[in-house]
Amino acid sequence: MAPTHEKIRELRVEGITKRFPGIVACNSIDLTIGENEILALVGENGAGKTTLMNILMGLYQPDEGKIFINGRPVQFKGPADAFAAGIGMVHQHFMLVPNMTVAENIALGLKESHRYFRLDLPGVKKRIAEISERYKLPVQPDAYVWQLSVGEQQRVELIKTLCFGARFLILDEPTSALTPQETDELIALLKRMASDMSIIFISHKLAEVTALSDKVAILRQGSIVFKGTTAGQTAAGLAALMTGHEVVLPRNACIDGYGNDCLVVQDLYVKSDRGFFALDGVGFSVRSGEILGLAGVSGNGQKELADALAGLRRVEKGRISLMGVDLTNRSPREIIDAGLGYIPEDRINEGIVPSFSIKENLILKDVASPKFSRGAFIKSREEAQNAALLQQQFDIRCSSLNSMTGALSGGNIQKVILARELAREPKALIAVYPTRGLDMGAEEFIHTRLLELRAKGVAIFLISEELDELMNLCDRIAVIFKGKILDILTRREATRPTLGLLMAGIRQGAEKAAVEG
Amino acid sequence: MTPLNIVLNILSIGIPFSVSLLLASLGEMFNQRAGIFNLGCEGIMSMGAFLGFICAYYFQNTALAPYVNLLGILAAGVAGALLGLLFALVTVTFHAPQGIAGIGLQMLGIGTAGTLFRHFVGGVTGIPGLPSYPIPLLSKIPFIGPVFFNMNMLAYLAFLLVPLSHYILFKTPWGLKVRAVGTSPRSADTMAINVQRTRYQALAVGGLFAGIAGAYLSLGQAKMFADDIVAGRGFIAVALVYFGGWSPYRILGGSLLFSIAQSLQLSIQVLGINFPYEFAVMFPYVLVIVVLAFTRSAAVKGPAALGQPYDREKRI
Repeated sequence: MAPTHEKIRELRVEGITKRFPGIVACNSIDLTIGENEILALVGENGAGKTTLMNILMGLYQPDEGKIFINGRPVQFKGPADAFAAGIGMVHQHFMLVPNMTVAENIALGLKESHRYFRLDLPGVKKRIAEISERYKLPVQPDAYVWQLSVGEQQRVELIKTLCFGARFLILDEPTSALTPQETDELIALLKRMASDMSIIFISHKLAEVTALSDKVAILRQGSIVFKGTTAGQTAAGLAALMTGHEVVLPRNACIDGYGNDCLVVQDLYVKSDRGFFALDGVGFSVRSGEILGLAGVSGNGQKELADALAGLRRVEKGRISLMGVDLTNRSPREIIDAGLGYIPEDRINEGIVPSFSIKENLILKDVASPKFSRGAFIKSREEAQNAALLQQQFDIRCSSLNSMTGALSGGNIQKVILARELAREPKALIAVYPTRGLDMGAEEFIHTRLLELRAKGVAIFLISEELDELMNLCDRIAVIFKGKILDILTRREATRPTLGLLMAGIRQGAEKAAVEG
Repeated sequence: MTPLNIVLNILSIGIPFSVSLLLASLGEMFNQRAGIFNLGCEGIMSMGAFLGFICAYYFQNTALAPYVNLLGILAAGVAGALLGLLFALVTVTFHAPQGIAGIGLQMLGIGTAGTLFRHFVGGVTGIPGLPSYPIPLLSKIPFIGPVFFNMNMLAYLAFLLVPLSHYILFKTPWGLKVRAVGTSPRSADTMAINVQRTRYQALAVGGLFAGIAGAYLSLGQAKMFADDIVAGRGFIAVALVYFGGWSPYRILGGSLLFSIAQSLQLSIQVLGINFPYEFAVMFPYVLVIVVLAFTRSAAVKGPAALGQPYDREKRI
């Protein structure tokens, strides 16, 4: 398909259907986007948003349906055809090659820089400079992508797409890894860009949708359930349309009832996989009956902290204790037996054994206890009874308790983990991004359970990057930046702007003190 | 013998030893940079060694006699590239596990070469092989000249291929594509790079190099053919690619280190030093294992998608 430079006045899809084994990801979807419009495509995880966009980019072939540009049918056999038609996409997981420089990444897709025996990098850099100037997007062309922050990588993605001549931009959850400030900057940038092009913006953050878009389309289970102008819609109204029912997330209203220090971390130093210190003297304590949140852009040491607390990563220096018992560099077995519950970040690979049945996963931490085993044998009756009881208590939805846990939805996998951890009656619980990627119904369920647990006097350490989640649930919120806790705020002190600044590494109190001092 | 003579002697044996390793591991580097590790390198080298030998053997008394070596090298290279494409068909198109497919290719290559050798030749037979070309002037430099500038054409070619491979990998569009499909095939795909085609091409180039590496063994080094002529060099080449962090210059360093260790252990035996022969033979291999164990993997810089087949429509 030869590249055209015709303006895209209208992009229309009709009856797009895509089936994957076992599910219909997109079910007969019709959409129209006009010139200079911003369409927000909204829906829960697994609603089919990304699948639809991958079809628009030629990455997936639709089973049924057609795409029209300016009224003419087009067929995209691959991304090259979509580029040629002027469509560009910034994927949620950035499509950058980490061990190549920014300029090399862009050269990869810029066919005119491919001379036979030489790559025209100076030409590519000139093109980058032009785009970067025009849209006010600063970038270092010679930096390696792996050295850049997430926000910078996103800028590279945008520049790349524009360098390829995109006149129609698709952004898949562009704000999911950004700080609140970076998000605001991106929204302002996209508004500027809309004077030049049309934009499809995928998100499940409804405040962004109402702030940015002209039109909104809501997908649920592969079908469009709402299409209309954004003006006049509220975030709550959209949430109800998105989930199919009204959702009210519970809030933590108590400010007392705390017990003694339960989980105490002092001056912790832990190394990352790359060998440098990911935790640089971290200290905090969580009291019984308290939820302490940890806010921060992911990659600032959260993973290493969670690993160290669960006994999965060596502590170089410092101390971890639970109810006065030293747990520093103890084995996971000892830490579990001391009464620490753990909801890991990677629920499929660390939280469960995907190929094991639900009832097996539910006793995974207790296989050696007399409750579920006699000598080398598992007591299968007790195992089944335990599973039936927990299924009822935690509303685990599955065809059978003997079925493979990995085949469950994300929300139900998380319920299995939650059930296993809570049934063991922990003294303290570490929850790492417990609602990431879950729909609002599952989020509501998990939040309610965490608050119940708090009321029972369990110390909860909640690592999250969702400010709403932290502000709704936590008694206090610590903010981590580059391996250090910058500050710990009470719920009353913690507002979006203060947390946002701390997450970006800016400590107002310290500056003030420095000026005053 | 003076110590200087001993050192020069070790070098003059070790450096030619390194040629086949260097060629094979440069080829394997292109494979791995594109995300495919080819354990069948050994088998391709075996076929290359046989084809190089058989051309020289069959045509040595015909009108083609002046060109037999060139013919042998060509045949070995073409066959190597074809076997590389066969490997691509199995692993890239049909997504077969690369480790298993590699072992299969290794057995196929060694078995076919051995069988054809017994059918067409039978016993141990020598060939004239590749002559040495002393480079004018340079080969006259005392001490160094005879060691570095008195080798056969394939050896010079192999050392020239080091900077050339570096240039191809880092300065040409094709090298850029190879690095992209080996590190992040999905990103490459979204940028309209044909992942499968690039991997096929890289495997053909890898096979070409491995085939020529085999021809060097029969034509340049042993000047004969035997079933076990490759003797594990294909596997050493795979290890050297890791050791060299997928960079041509470091791979050159690794090939020289291993070959000089090999030549050192031979001279220990020849010089009659009282050192158990079994341990001397082990020495180069132990050295590779030890060095590999202490090399910090350059994970940031290497092909992150090594060993993973790419399927565009698979959901992530």
